[in-house]
Amino acid sequence: MPKRTDLKKILIIGAGPIVIGQACEFDYSGSQACKALKEEGFSVVLVNSNPATIMTDPGLADATYIEPLTPEFLEYIIRKERPDAILPTLGGQTGLNLAMQLYEQGILEKYGVQMLGAKHDVIKKAEDRSEFKQAVLKVGLDVPKSVFAHNLQEAKKAVETIGFPCIVRPSFTLGGTGGGIAPDMEEFERVAALGIASSMIREILIEESIEGWKEYELEVMRDAADNVVIICSIENMDPLGVHTGDSITVAPAQTLTDVEYQKMRDAAIRLIREIGVETGGSNIQFAVHPQNGRMVVIEMNPRVSRSSALASKATGFPIAKFAAKLAVGYTLDEIQNDITRETPACFEPTIDYCVVKIPRFTFEKFPEAKDILGVQMKSVGETMAIGRTFKEALQKGLMGLEIDHAGLDNKQDHRYIEDEKIRLRLKEPNASRVFYLKYALQKGMTVDEVAALSRIDVWFIDQIAQILELEDEIKAAVTAGGTLSPSLLRRAKENGFSDAQLAEMTDRSEKDVRALRKELGIVATFKLVDTCAAEFEAYTPYYYSTYETEDEALLNEQKRLAQEGPKKKIMILGGGPNRIGQGIEFDYCCCHASFALKDMGFETIMVNSNPETVSTDYDTSDRLYFEPLTFEDVMNVVDVEKPDGVIVQFGGQTPLNLARRLQQAGVPIIGTSVDSIDLAENRERFAALINELKIDQPANACATTKEETLAAAGSIGYPVLVRPSYVLGGRAMRIVYDEGFLKEFLDEVHSVSRGHPVLIDKFLEDAQEVDVDAIADGKDVYVAGIMEHIENAGIHSGDSACVLPPHTLSESVVAVIKDHTVRLAKVLNVVGLLNIQFAVKGSRVYVLEVNPRASRTAPFVSKATGVPLAKVAAQIMAGKKLGDFDLPDPGKLKYVCVKESVLPFSRFSGVDIILGPEMKSTGEVMGIAPAFGVAFAKSQICAGQALPQVGSVFISVNEADKRQVACVARKLEGLGFKLFATKGTAEVLRADGIAVTVADKHDEGENNALTLLKKDEINLIINTPSGSKSQSDMRVLRAAAILHNIPCITTLQGAWAAVNGIEASIKDEFTVESLQNLYRRVGATHRVARTAAGAG
Amino acid sequence: MSPEYMKEAILYLQDGAAFRGHVLGQTGETAGEAVFNTAMTGYQEILTDPSYTGQIVVMTYPLIGNTGVNNDDVESDKIHVKGFVAKEFCRRPSNWRATKSLTEYLNKNKIMAMEGVDTRALTRHLRVAGAMKAIISTQDFDPKSLQAKLDALPSMEGADLVREVTTPKKYVWKAKGPRRYKIAAIDCGIKWNILRIFADLGCETHVFPATATIKDILAIKPDGLFLSNGPGDPAVVTHVIDTVKQSIGKLPVFGICLGNQILGLALGAKTYKLKFGHHGANHPVKDLEGQRIGITSQNHGFCVDTKSLDPAQAEVIHTNLNDHTSEGLRHKKFPVFSIQYHPEASPGPHDARYLFKQFIDTIDANKTHA
Repeated sequence: MPKRTDLKKILIIGAGPIVIGQACEFDYSGSQACKALKEEGFSVVLVNSNPATIMTDPGLADATYIEPLTPEFLEYIIRKERPDAILPTLGGQTGLNLAMQLYEQGILEKYGVQMLGAKHDVIKKAEDRSEFKQAVLKVGLDVPKSVFAHNLQEAKKAVETIGFPCIVRPSFTLGGTGGGIAPDMEEFERVAALGIASSMIREILIEESIEGWKEYELEVMRDAADNVVIICSIENMDPLGVHTGDSITVAPAQTLTDVEYQKMRDAAIRLIREIGVETGGSNIQFAVHPQNGRMVVIEMNPRVSRSSALASKATGFPIAKFAAKLAVGYTLDEIQNDITRETPACFEPTIDYCVVKIPRFTFEKFPEAKDILGVQMKSVGETMAIGRTFKEALQKGLMGLEIDHAGLDNKQDHRYIEDEKIRLRLKEPNASRVFYLKYALQKGMTVDEVAALSRIDVWFIDQIAQILELEDEIKAAVTAGGTLSPSLLRRAKENGFSDAQLAEMTDRSEKDVRALRKELGIVATFKLVDTCAAEFEAYTPYYYSTYETEDEALLNEQKRLAQEGPKKKIMILGGGPNRIGQGIEFDYCCCHASFALKDMGFETIMVNSNPETVSTDYDTSDRLYFEPLTFEDVMNVVDVEKPDGVIVQFGGQTPLNLARRLQQAGVPIIGTSVDSIDLAENRERFAALINELKIDQPANACATTKEETLAAAGSIGYPVLVRPSYVLGGRAMRIVYDEGFLKEFLDEVHSVSRGHPVLIDKFLEDAQEVDVDAIADGKDVYVAGIMEHIENAGIHSGDSACVLPPHTLSESVVAVIKDHTVRLAKVLNVVGLLNIQFAVKGSRVYVLEVNPRASRTAPFVSKATGVPLAKVAAQIMAGKKLGDFDLPDPGKLKYVCVKESVLPFSRFSGVDIILGPEMKSTGEVMGIAPAFGVAFAKSQICAGQALPQVGSVFISVNEADKRQVACVARKLEGLGFKLFATKGTAEVLRADGIAVTVADKHDEGENNALTLLKKDEINLIINTPSGSKSQSDMRVLRAAAILHNIPCITTLQGAWAAVNGIEASIKDEFTVESLQNLYRRVGATHRVARTAAGAG
Repeated sequence: MSPEYMKEAILYLQDGAAFRGHVLGQTGETAGEAVFNTAMTGYQEILTDPSYTGQIVVMTYPLIGNTGVNNDDVESDKIHVKGFVAKEFCRRPSNWRATKSLTEYLNKNKIMAMEGVDTRALTRHLRVAGAMKAIISTQDFDPKSLQAKLDALPSMEGADLVREVTTPKKYVWKAKGPRRYKIAAIDCGIKWNILRIFADLGCETHVFPATATIKDILAIKPDGLFLSNGPGDPAVVTHVIDTVKQSIGKLPVFGICLGNQILGLALGAKTYKLKFGHHGANHPVKDLEGQRIGITSQNHGFCVDTKSLDPAQAEVIHTNLNDHTSEGLRHKKFPVFSIQYHPEASPGPHDARYLFKQFIDTIDANKTHA
């Protein structure tokens, strides 16, 4: 069937902000879909609230909307754009749920919009647990025993027939939110209540526990002619009970015979047909009983998913791209396999390597939360590694994870871990269990004992035992004779032992290990990912390293040289796994660098290990190396490619940390010099520089010991901001008010910084924080965006909401900020991107920090101003000058952009939602409007915390904020809100003549805030926390606010912005505008001539 | 496994290319035609598939043996491959049905199995240079001497391997439940899963040696004739070709793999050797009659030349979407058809299983006519 001709314009819904359970894999799938549909000549309308995505690049769609993902805003867009169809299966659960709401509210029908890929009833059948179960049974497949419940009473009755432990799964949620395993009645009541509350339709499924069973996933595609293919099978190393997003997973499935695999394949095919997904990809999860092989269906996602992104990267088969083509009428046999060019997409990839995905956790960010894993996803990112064996891939993956493990190493000495702890760490799934598997074996436990305790399949445990045996062999050889034999060294490399690991085991430097093996000719070889196990010639340059005899990258390079002659090459180092503080923003910059440099005629080479990203799409760069971002692995690629330039400043801290060693190894790093980066990041050198420039900075000091730190803090004067150098995302950064607290805290700080000094800064209370992004070419400087934070200094810039252009800063302050930016860029000789954080107190402007690299805000500024910062910067690093570009004055935007962060608190029960200098957000959204109030209100809607327009507000502020709270309260009163306040706050308000009802704290009296909140009588909470002691008083309330999805504002500045937003949303009508239109207006009226200084 | 137990081995190819690795247990020397198989599962079925007679099978998936071996997943009563090559064989299998490890199984059956080989490089070599004779040795590493041994080995083209694998005498594979059909099968190396499927469909299958005559076959009054898969060059299996020629018009006929080639030859077409054959479980095939695409299990080195097919007599009914070679034939007048790939799968997808039903339907229709 050829392409449909009845469709002209198609709306694609993105997945919104990065949250746990929904990360940049949907940027990858959405971008692929946009490209595929545009390629086919369709007009594409895209909507997403996340500005840090490639898909929201104006070039990828015909009309791009960065707007809230709600039915209301979607209707505005549909009314304006009148698309013929909507493609709901590429924007994750968010996109799917939104499309369902649009259908249910009759909006799609009203505007005559068709659903492509999967229709409403199909989605419902797959997503609704009861309908799904019926469908599974209808086609003769098995499911775990289960019963539905819609309230706690029903649930308690139902669980009697199921027994404990049982699993609670809410219908219609994201990534397993609100689900859980209940071992007994008490826990069951808690989990069931949570589940009912988080279900969109107030429904939970109580299910027979199949915990401990083997878990599998199949990625399935179907076309309109009913052809069905399986793209990839995935086996979870962690057995059932751990969310698949939190499991170490392997592709292809390892422990299924063909008989069992085909049974599963048949089941998947029957199921996708029965559910009726017309076209596109689906993900189906199965459980297999380890002792008798009973197979049950767990669930199905009738859309592309995190697993399908993984499957695409694992096989080279671009699921999302083809799903988009199938949605517009093509059949699988009509689509060409890009990789082989000759064979059709209608086949099943076969791979000749082993893929291991390992989740990345950030429990260190939430010390109150236990690192125990369950059915609710908690990881924030993942890394993927490819090797010829599982052992190699696992060790590479652990390197790529960047958790300071050199593979499956001996970070902890097993002799000092108690047996009891090991047993517990094996039994209870947790973030570091993979290491404990090894420790247990080291302690003398047998493979079978470890398998029995962990319920991880014996196959995986034995693989780990093999790694350990080889390690012992190496250690024995070293003890016996000192050096490693070439054959043993080769075996070590074949089994994924990193140079760093071998260095540690053989007591020599990593450099020596590298030199030794190069001397012995033991070098990495690169193999192609080609979907077909070399059966056909492949053209897509997607490589992974291993230790084999033939190097295809080298062969292809020689061939290319002979055919095309030498070409200038630039290599871009990506950001590795997503984590808090380093996410999609950096991937966005890396992709842009690649696109821009390709345009300039360079060959681009991408190195990254994150399967969720656009940068690891084989289409993004001329060559893709799917490798961990370690010195060793990057050097292996450098040895083969011999790039003319390497970019380290776009991938966040990961590549920056490698910069110096790469430079010392002779790698040509382009852009801002490594020394300048060090000058900016080395606090002592930096402080001296700022002094020299006569720019204000908070009093600061640098210390390496506890005593020094305490002395320095004393002389600077409390409060101080303490942090280790060389970390991103404010890890272990704290505002410290007295010496006692500082002492307590120093141990952690030292462990984090690993020998790097500790930085102490005077904390500027009540200061206004400002972020600036700029581009410099070594001579001229372009100030691309000045962002005013909504929260005061002290909240990590990554968590703070900010507004562009600044709305309260005076012209003179802005001028000083620009002046400082230009001077700093020049003195640091910045070539490329530069981000500076300022604090403004009165008319004084302090420099907080300078980062001569891509910042987290670069995509936001790019989307706000229409200037692709990373593209411009990359071209400048490759030799262009600012003068070669025609850049507009960002100070003259005719609209206001607000960036708001999205926090993962709902995932970590027990964690308080208070913001501080340590970054905790996972994602960001953007609100665009003609004025601040509406833009802010939009940003709040985007972030899923829509501000109320009527109702009651509960206010409780700390002493400091009591001075100003009255203005906020008066405005709220004026807007018709009923006010509740705690006693202290109420007194202040009443003194100002504001009517307020006293509500007690959560545990006091009858009329307490918690009860009101539970009765839905509070619609907004303003609660600024005071000193660490009384903070916990309000914790319960804030936790309840999250549960009930009531916006809870924890700073007075935030409250001000909220009031502004509420006022605007009551008075003004929301409007939507595409980026293309916004930029067109800017372009017409505000394109300015370049100033001589380039300062804009 | 530490190096003391691993005996170094060489895989030497007819064109002089050599690959190093080590053997699992069985040492010595073995020679055959090197082919690669891209299936990720089903090594036990592959090992016991008689069609691999005379071949050294290279698995492109690097981790082989993960599920061990069991008593059920066999396609005949013994291992037929001449040698087995992979990147890594699993030492500790895991599967609830496993009775022993693959290594034990191979050693017990004295099959030389070589691991530690850059099987991707080897596969790329075979793809470019074509399937060719190869020898695995743990005792001779001299290229000249190995070359001489290979030169002395007969080529796959012209090799009649059917005689090595066909049953010495007729046997019956009973139907599951009541017998509804009686099938005569000519055994050129029949896979047991074909017999299992027939049994499931209510067929009692009488498996004849390849030397059976049309008279022997007609004597049991079968409802249909089945031509099995098998190893080697179809063109030299002249006796079976003659038998098939005589059966057309007398019985509904269904052939698989070698059976397809033999039918082609019986219909006057020619067969030719593919460069490196089709061995895997992911080949897309279009059923030109039903307009459906199936992912199929394949294992053939020879193919029916469609150009040599008399269009008045027969037509191509299935075609491979990867290289557009013919994958099935149908007689224009009589209820006779055959499939080049493996609808019985084992290993591989079950997408084409409907073809067995199609044969049964043909038999039913034939009965009604008769």
